[in-house]
Amino acid sequence: MSVFDEMGGLGGGGGVRACYQPLARWLAEAPAELLEARSRQAELYFRRMGITFSVYGAADSNERLIPFDVVPRIVSAPEWLALEAGLVQRVAAINLFLKDIYGRQECIRAGIVPADIVLTNPHFRPEMVGRRPPQDVWVHIAGVDLVRTAEDGFYVLEDNVRTPSGMSYMLENREMMMRLFPDLFSEYPVRPVETYTDMLLSALQSSAPSSATRDPCVVVLTPGPYNSAYYEHSFLADKLGVELVEGGDLYVNDGQVFMRTTEGPKKVDVIYRRVDDDFLDPLTFNPESALGVPGLMTAYQAGNVTLANAVGTGVADDKAVYTYMPEIIRFFTGEEPLLHNVPTWRCREPDALKEVLSRLDELVVKEVGGSGGYGMLIGPAATKAEIETFRKKLAADPAAFIAQPTLALSTAPTLCHGGLAGRHVDLRPFVLTGAKGVEVAPGGLTRVALNEGSLVVNSSQGGGTKDTWVLDA
Amino acid sequence: MLARTAGSLFWIGRYVERADFLARILEAALRLSSIPSRDGPPDTAWRSAVNSAGMGGAFEAAGRTLNEQNVREYLAFSADNPSSIRSCITTARTNARSVRTALTVQLWEALNDAWNALGEQGEPQTRTGFAEFLGWVKSATLTVEGAASRTMLRNDAYWFLRLGAALERADNTARLLDVKYHLLLPEGEGVGGQLDYFQWTTLLREVSALTAYRWVYRDSVKAVNVADLLVMNRQMPRSLISCQASIVQYLECLATDYGRRGPAQRFASARMGKLEGGSIEAIFQSGLHEFIEDFLDENSRLADTISEQYLA
Repeated sequence: MSVFDEMGGLGGGGGVRACYQPLARWLAEAPAELLEARSRQAELYFRRMGITFSVYGAADSNERLIPFDVVPRIVSAPEWLALEAGLVQRVAAINLFLKDIYGRQECIRAGIVPADIVLTNPHFRPEMVGRRPPQDVWVHIAGVDLVRTAEDGFYVLEDNVRTPSGMSYMLENREMMMRLFPDLFSEYPVRPVETYTDMLLSALQSSAPSSATRDPCVVVLTPGPYNSAYYEHSFLADKLGVELVEGGDLYVNDGQVFMRTTEGPKKVDVIYRRVDDDFLDPLTFNPESALGVPGLMTAYQAGNVTLANAVGTGVADDKAVYTYMPEIIRFFTGEEPLLHNVPTWRCREPDALKEVLSRLDELVVKEVGGSGGYGMLIGPAATKAEIETFRKKLAADPAAFIAQPTLALSTAPTLCHGGLAGRHVDLRPFVLTGAKGVEVAPGGLTRVALNEGSLVVNSSQGGGTKDTWVLDA
Repeated sequence: MLARTAGSLFWIGRYVERADFLARILEAALRLSSIPSRDGPPDTAWRSAVNSAGMGGAFEAAGRTLNEQNVREYLAFSADNPSSIRSCITTARTNARSVRTALTVQLWEALNDAWNALGEQGEPQTRTGFAEFLGWVKSATLTVEGAASRTMLRNDAYWFLRLGAALERADNTARLLDVKYHLLLPEGEGVGGQLDYFQWTTLLREVSALTAYRWVYRDSVKAVNVADLLVMNRQMPRSLISCQASIVQYLECLATDYGRRGPAQRFASARMGKLEGGSIEAIFQSGLHEFIEDFLDENSRLADTISEQYLA
């Protein structure tokens, strides 16, 4: 299986790709110890600023740094234009799909998506049936994971449309690079990512309930300092210039949401919530949840507050629904999908299951409801025992799994002990939807699997990040 | 501002002040224990440190034997003691993390650096190492104080931070006096009787006020002057009256910012009036201990009133 390298192209035989040439020259001239020194500087800064995340179940390492790689990942202007168009199309379709399944359910009646996959999906929220969120926006913020296998081979691996994270790293990584390598930026027309917060604020404000004032009150709702992405929550609230609230700071009175301030109650119009559906409102969902706000769903259903993202969007980024995304895009936009799915076997289908079981050692098998790189089997890297365990799981509940070929994810030059080496990367651009439409921030989060040969880029499992440079021309 | 944010700022102020106070108490104990004592039980200095910190009861309840090692560990490092220096810095930093958006970068860095450094150093075994640790604590809290004072906007966030510190400082001074009242006026002794000179000077050292005492009173150390310095002297930043003046000041700043006075402002002004109208002689007459008990009780009622008015 030959691997595409972002700098060297397929198999590395065709010389340095055009958009990497200035970087390649710079790297060739830079003293060997410079990158190491800059790398240490970056780590020191991240630690001082407390740019950390928590790992679930790792008791003694409560706060960790996500490793930052100082070699940027570069996306040329034409590559980006194509990605951007595909992302806008895909997220627009997802919004229409959600409006439909909680509304007229035409895509089910037309046989585009099987009813049971939607209606018995654990992320389908009956509470939303017949409801329309303010301005018909369901997915205000999407983080779409892309992988690449060839020059023109970008694929969508996952649509994250619940509470995607990583935008703070996109912004902080850029700050860091501009600090560490100011001269490199004079060689490259890199599009700024700092517009992200303005785009986000206007998407949130524009999707406020119609009854809100012209200057709607926006807040960020966090589960609190013990959440793994807490730094990001506080960072975003700070950049947006809005309050970072916890469940206990909000209360519902007479169908309206208020926050408790030192000057008394203040009405809240838009909640950018980084709390999952299940924990939003103990009266409607998980009664054990102390993170939510009792009565919030009542206020939401009455149309008095906007939740971003809307409740019930998880049904659209479910791995089972993912497999139908090409059909969903065609149905709702009338266009051919510009971005492709990774070819996927639905194990719920007997023929597919049979094939998957016969090729477990070469496929990647994922739990339909899993995320964060947990609960998956990477066939080529698994032991015989692991494969047999998965075989039993698959046989017991085939519908709970999908399978994909093991992709040769592209590599990008990465600083490793003893110099630069190719490491596998993915790319998560952020797509914003407001009342005025869908747009994509010119950049994203490049995640890199730092261990040689590894394909798992998740930060909870030893992945790092890179700055992503989208070029202007 | 969110009520919870205000509460976190208030408690950051309190915890940082408490960490600094503990470091000073322990420094005084180190010094006192280095002077050979002719009488009294061993470990007097460490017993006095635990009591001055207001942790005598908790220390005993934790089942610890009173000796230097245990007191040092309990007051400075113990994770079981929610008021140890380590716990104070950790809690202040946790609070800061939960209100990052209300802090300046420099104040956050000062608190986060202190916490990171705390994690990196082990528990010093020698007295020299321990003295260095205490010096570090004092300079870390000064850095936090300086970062707040030099970089924060003078708005409600700053007033709540300062209010917490002033209230905590008043509490600390009052507790210190309460523990020592029997030393200041022992049974059968009149004011100025034969008391243990080292105990007095230690008390002053604990609040870093020995030199200040000399400058203010130009006299040998006398009980009535020590009490005057720590209760009624407006020049002494740790005196009860100075702390109370700060409390009034920050509450009035909040009232101005918010355009409304409330029960907390009225309570604080009334108490200030009472203090200003009193004298150390009158306090000695009616009993220093009773005075301190009343003061501490009022302090906690004032904290409750502030909570109800702003932090709930």
